[in-house]
Amino acid sequence: MFDLTGMTALVTGASGGIGSAIARGLAAQGARLALSGSNADKLERFRDELGGEHVALACDLSDAAAVDALVPRAVEALGKLDVLVNNAGVTRDNLAMRMKDDEWDQVIRVNLEAAFRLIRAAAKPMMKARFGRVVSITSVVGQTGNPGQANYAASKAGLVGMSKALAQELASRNITVNCVAPGFIRSAMTGVLPEAQKNALLGRIPAGDLGSGEDIAAAVVYLASREAGYVTGQTLHVNGGMAMV
Amino acid sequence: MSETADRVKKIVVEHLGVEADKVTEDASFIDDLGADSLDIVELVMAFEEEFGVEIPDDAAEKISTVKDAITYIDEHKG
Repeated sequence: MFDLTGMTALVTGASGGIGSAIARGLAAQGARLALSGSNADKLERFRDELGGEHVALACDLSDAAAVDALVPRAVEALGKLDVLVNNAGVTRDNLAMRMKDDEWDQVIRVNLEAAFRLIRAAAKPMMKARFGRVVSITSVVGQTGNPGQANYAASKAGLVGMSKALAQELASRNITVNCVAPGFIRSAMTGVLPEAQKNALLGRIPAGDLGSGEDIAAAVVYLASREAGYVTGQTLHVNGGMAMV
Repeated sequence: MSETADRVKKIVVEHLGVEADKVTEDASFIDDLGADSLDIVELVMAFEEEFGVEIPDDAAEKISTVKDAITYIDEHKG
């Protein structure tokens, strides 16, 4: 089950905490990967660690032209594209009343617009191949909201609605479009939270612990697999029970 | 019948799975041949590949019949 041998995948934000776990999970199931990230050195080191059959494609996801070029680069490097994982995300937290225009713009551009551009580009080779798997990493806060994260919550809820629309557009071509919604996961993003806030968070998680990157990777591997072909337009919540939607 | 017309009709028959004799030049992809909007996108991609032309979105939106496709391709192929 969930064997990805012979499949190729593009993963954005691949050198980050959750992204690298997703990349490892997909590679462990046999997929060949195009790893994308903004830090070229970090990305190259991660590629070297994963193995020579994978490629590193540095890309600034706030640059629309660079984003539009990323899928063609991945197809050229891998020969085809079966799976797109929109994992890259940024936060620029602030109370809405203090939020600057560029804090709003940057988060929407990287988290939502880049994902749209990548799916739009990936749909072409996937339609031709009559096969495709798109998995976007959203967040529990896209469902529940979170103070200080109007921009981030909007971008993550946006991914869910967009994925449902695209799932309907592409289902007849055997292309599925789904989301994985992590709760609070041990990563650089949650590492910066103050201890008191982290403890308060743990009190709201029935499982009593933060999640791991591997928990997310397992969900992505499932949705990327051939076996998940009848699952589309869905959001798989991986959050230790902190929100049941 | 031009060579372009033959190749266009062949692509339409293959992609839409319709009988060749239904693919007349006046046939509308959507009204007569049962295509949906996604089929049109795929047909345009197939035409681009077959003829080495680029069909921008605003031109693609105006292609509604077999003849529209043949005319556009004849005017733009190198």
